[in-house]
Amino acid sequence: MTRSTTSGASVRSRARRSRALGRLVFLGPGLTYLIVLLLIPLALLIGFTVFRRGRFGGVVYELTGENFTRLLDPLYLDVVIGSLKLAAIATLIALLVGYPTAYLIAQLPRKWKTIALVAVVLPFWTNFLVRIYAWIVLLSGPGLVNSTLMDLGLIDKPLELLYNQGTIVTGLVYSYLPLMVLPLYAAIEKLDPQLREASANLGAGPVRTFASVTLPLTLPGVFTGCLFVFVPSFGNFIIPELLGGGRSIMVGNLIRDQFLKARDWPFGSTLALALLAVLIVLLLLQAWSARRA
Amino acid sequence: MRRPRLLYVPFWATYVFLYTPIVVLVAMSFNAGESPYVYEGFSLEWYGVLAGNAGIREGLVNTLIVAVGSTALATVLGTLLAVGLARHTRSRVLDALGVLPAVLPDLVLGIGLLVFYATIKSTLGLHSVLLAHTVFGMAFVAAVVRTRLTHADTSLEEASRDLGATPFTTFVRITLPQLAPGIGAGALLAFTLSIDEFVIAFFTAAPTTPTLPIVIYSMVRFGVTPEINALATLLLLVSFTAVIVTQRMTRLTESLS
Repeated sequence: MTRSTTSGASVRSRARRSRALGRLVFLGPGLTYLIVLLLIPLALLIGFTVFRRGRFGGVVYELTGENFTRLLDPLYLDVVIGSLKLAAIATLIALLVGYPTAYLIAQLPRKWKTIALVAVVLPFWTNFLVRIYAWIVLLSGPGLVNSTLMDLGLIDKPLELLYNQGTIVTGLVYSYLPLMVLPLYAAIEKLDPQLREASANLGAGPVRTFASVTLPLTLPGVFTGCLFVFVPSFGNFIIPELLGGGRSIMVGNLIRDQFLKARDWPFGSTLALALLAVLIVLLLLQAWSARRA
Repeated sequence: MRRPRLLYVPFWATYVFLYTPIVVLVAMSFNAGESPYVYEGFSLEWYGVLAGNAGIREGLVNTLIVAVGSTALATVLGTLLAVGLARHTRSRVLDALGVLPAVLPDLVLGIGLLVFYATIKSTLGLHSVLLAHTVFGMAFVAAVVRTRLTHADTSLEEASRDLGATPFTTFVRITLPQLAPGIGAGALLAFTLSIDEFVIAFFTAAPTTPTLPIVIYSMVRFGVTPEINALATLLLLVSFTAVIVTQRMTRLTESLS
């Protein structure tokens, strides 16, 4: 019967101790892991940006600003701007295709809704390289697209469908379209159908209802979807390499090459930081738009 | 509710777009001919060739070692973290840290870890890939388990506490059984992600210990062979099964959107 004789104060202090212990046990291991294998590596990358490269790779711990001035060199700046452009085009196409798809999925009966959603997500959970590779098979000289066009008599000889910027955009849209549809679906699904009915009853046509009711209310979903497509597109290096013909055409390839070929870790880190900076600005914009909605 | 007919065009276009490359790939894996592009009749020949490829076998073994190890680690760490974040803190900074590995570009995580291993003078090998895969596996396990936690009934946990159970006892007897399907689904996701992951493995694996995606990458770079069609088909089958099972175990599409 120790419980009844324990004073209130010691019960409280025991409760406090057990709460602290609970925190330590549940949060401790995961957070420690994330600090060591996520935050410290990120801190190292960011730290490297102010140092000089070693003659044979590696880092010389001597402060310099040259990595940042090099970023402004047209040679690199053009690649960064080009990547922004390709990622933006891919995002826009994914939005234009993804919005109507998500809209229709949200109107489907419950059972079909789940099936339609899983069908959108399925390709996303399959090996990324396999999905990119499938496009090589499809678009290559003797591939299905060319042979179909030739059978239909639309073209005489195979088109050069691979290894250009359009192919890169196709690959990006293909890879990340599911990431556009999911948040759009979530936003549209949450929408109260009565709002649209009210708009229709007040005399607005479908276009007007969409522009002044549906779209503004699903804007946070639009931003999230765009972010989900833009972020992995911007830093991608596999799609430009496999579908773009292997030259350094996107910032991801440039970063990869600085680490594995040029062995210029400080400049590679600076490029990675620039990539992160763009993404952080976008994340902040998204958070701001979500708060306003 | 009214469904505008015009919307069916982009709707079906999306599915045709998503599945055409996959269907073509699977069909070509059963091709009798030498060409990876032109279909010449049914055969299982390329699956036989695939089975005899030592490089692929080695990659597969490496991939499985990494996937099993990192999934085990990620499941334990991710589950504890999810419970900790949901029940033991209200810090939004820690919340953000928990999802950071899932939103951080894989390229940045990959080079960050490469730089980290080099700085602490660690060798690269399966261990470095395994530890790296745990970082994002853990974030996905934590996300799925947390969705489950928010749907869970807290009154049982409160009752357990009121009856004098320690947080540990409450966790083992009450919380864990309720979370089991979520933990299972999270583990399956972490496993699938690890098997398919390329970018981080690319930077953290030693040349002597390539994972299967790294092997595929080098094969694809040197040109297309029907053998990869067969391998790709098998990988598709594994991923599709895993996702459908996960969807049945948990509201996967919900916790992701």
